[in-house]
Amino acid sequence: MNFKQSFKLAVKSLKSSKMRAFLTMLGIIIGVASVIILVSLMNGLSNEMTSRFEDMGTNTITVNVMGRGTNRSLSVQDMEKLIEENSAYLEQYSPRINASVTVKYETTSVDTTANGVNENYDKMQNIAVPEGRFVQFIDCERRQKVCVIGTYLAQKLFGGMNPVGEHLKINGSAYTVVGVLEEKADSEESSADDIIYIPYTTATRLTGNASIGSYYITAADTDEIETAVAIIKSKLYSVFGDEDAYRVTSMSEMIDMVDEMTGSIALVLVGIAGISLVVGGIGIMNIMLVSVTERTREIGIRKSLGAKRKDIMRQFIIEAATTSSAGGVVGIIFGIAAAYVAGILMDMSVAPSWNAVLIAFSVSVAIGMIFGYFPANKAAKMNPIDALRYD
Amino acid sequence: MIRLEEVSKIYRMGENEVRAIDGITLEIREKEMAAIIGQSGSGKSTCMNIIGCLDVPTDGKYYLQGRDIGCLKDDELAEIRNKTLGFIFQQYNLIPKLNVLENVELPLVYQGVPEKQRIEIAMDALKRVGIEEKRNNVPSQLSGGQQQRVAIARALAGSPPVILADEPTGALDTKTGREVLDFLQKLNEEGNTVILITHDMGVAERAKRIIRISDGKIVSDSGHSVSVSGERKSGYEAERKGSYEF
Repeated sequence: MNFKQSFKLAVKSLKSSKMRAFLTMLGIIIGVASVIILVSLMNGLSNEMTSRFEDMGTNTITVNVMGRGTNRSLSVQDMEKLIEENSAYLEQYSPRINASVTVKYETTSVDTTANGVNENYDKMQNIAVPEGRFVQFIDCERRQKVCVIGTYLAQKLFGGMNPVGEHLKINGSAYTVVGVLEEKADSEESSADDIIYIPYTTATRLTGNASIGSYYITAADTDEIETAVAIIKSKLYSVFGDEDAYRVTSMSEMIDMVDEMTGSIALVLVGIAGISLVVGGIGIMNIMLVSVTERTREIGIRKSLGAKRKDIMRQFIIEAATTSSAGGVVGIIFGIAAAYVAGILMDMSVAPSWNAVLIAFSVSVAIGMIFGYFPANKAAKMNPIDALRYD
Repeated sequence: MIRLEEVSKIYRMGENEVRAIDGITLEIREKEMAAIIGQSGSGKSTCMNIIGCLDVPTDGKYYLQGRDIGCLKDDELAEIRNKTLGFIFQQYNLIPKLNVLENVELPLVYQGVPEKQRIEIAMDALKRVGIEEKRNNVPSQLSGGQQQRVAIARALAGSPPVILADEPTGALDTKTGREVLDFLQKLNEEGNTVILITHDMGVAERAKRIIRISDGKIVSDSGHSVSVSGERKSGYEAERKGSYEF
């Protein structure tokens, strides 16, 4: 008896008891669907986070200075010197000072984050300013009260008006808007468009803290990031004499970390979902055992007509595998659909992977074959006379 | 063709030993039509199971076409059942899910005959029993007589030299039973070896040779109806062994 014959027979016997077939498949459907949903959501999350980091530039290195004793920061002059001395590896730098501020224009006020940066920052982070200009060297030098605002703030505060040249108040002091950033994320609240850039020198006044806690540095070559990190670290060590006084992280390192983290979370979740696949497999085994008992007489007839052990075995294993793979296909379709629905409901991006689909399908086929083996073996070993006499 | 030598089958049920058949020696020649007759419990079914290679003897030797059946493995027995033997059962034993044609195809499926040829052979077999127009029906849509004809077609499909019929008329009315027996006689005349198992003397009389079994032993045998050379002997001139009293 060949494969095609067994497959036809399997489909026939599934069709003849649809409700039972569906209930048998349910375990596999739920298992496969939950694996697909989880993988899709985790993939989406990981992609989203990675792309955020990538927006910041993969050659970006972040330096955070916590300081030690009285020596609490690294001056801009020192940093500039470091960059110049190692121009083969380090390209540009910008201080970065974050402050939560309230921005007010006429009667509208909005809470947002102000970033104190220098004139290099827009190039380092690929920031485009279609209207007006970015923070410039002279602004930092003279501590000008100028700002560049994101599209969210531009819409919120100025409505349809062109904000360039207007004056707004940041924590009470007046600033001139010199530029509006390119829209990056639908101009929503707390997105990448809810941001304001000011000269870092002005920002130190705003925070009332003269020391600069963090720097962004770009490496000259993406492949030489590790060397660049090492250079920065050795400089900082010579200043502070303590590895705990600073932290140097490269963006690619961060991306790796995020990938690793989401990967291991996904693995745990998929593992849990995988348990339901095993339970589904046991369901199939159970039904196949019932089916073998019900069809004892049929097995006897087939044996009397010359079916060998392997013929009977193949018939039942293919039937189990057909059941579970049909469940697998339904589960995959259902899982992808549910993942998109969940993505919409939870406002998450969804990325079903072909790998996950392929693995889910082959796992469901394998489960059918593994859990079908025991009942099939039981059928194959039946004694023909006993099977023929069975009522 | 078929030779049993001191064949016994012993079933153990706890402490008890049941000798279903006890030292049967029997030879059935090619082209013979023999009936094995006995009351229920006489051992005729066990005898048929052993002849049909569905069971192996506990003691003694069974040779089918010169092969010693006792030392064969399960799969080898399956192959013999497939190629040498055709079964007709009292309960027809058709597979309810499969239609008539698919049922008849089954022995050919296990012989590994390709699909197109299989359908051809199965259709021929259905034509021989005159039921080809029902080929797409499932067994439950047929009458008992029709089902038994399908079972006969199935037994013929693999063109086995030996046809084993176990109470083939047991579930049929007299008229259809007679038709089935006529057909078996016709098959025998065409050259098949036919073995009939029955408890009904009326049925057994259709055979040229009658072997009576009681308590697992042969109590009488009307003798070979075919000479060693394969020539048919007419009715009462058959070789007689033992008495002809039933």
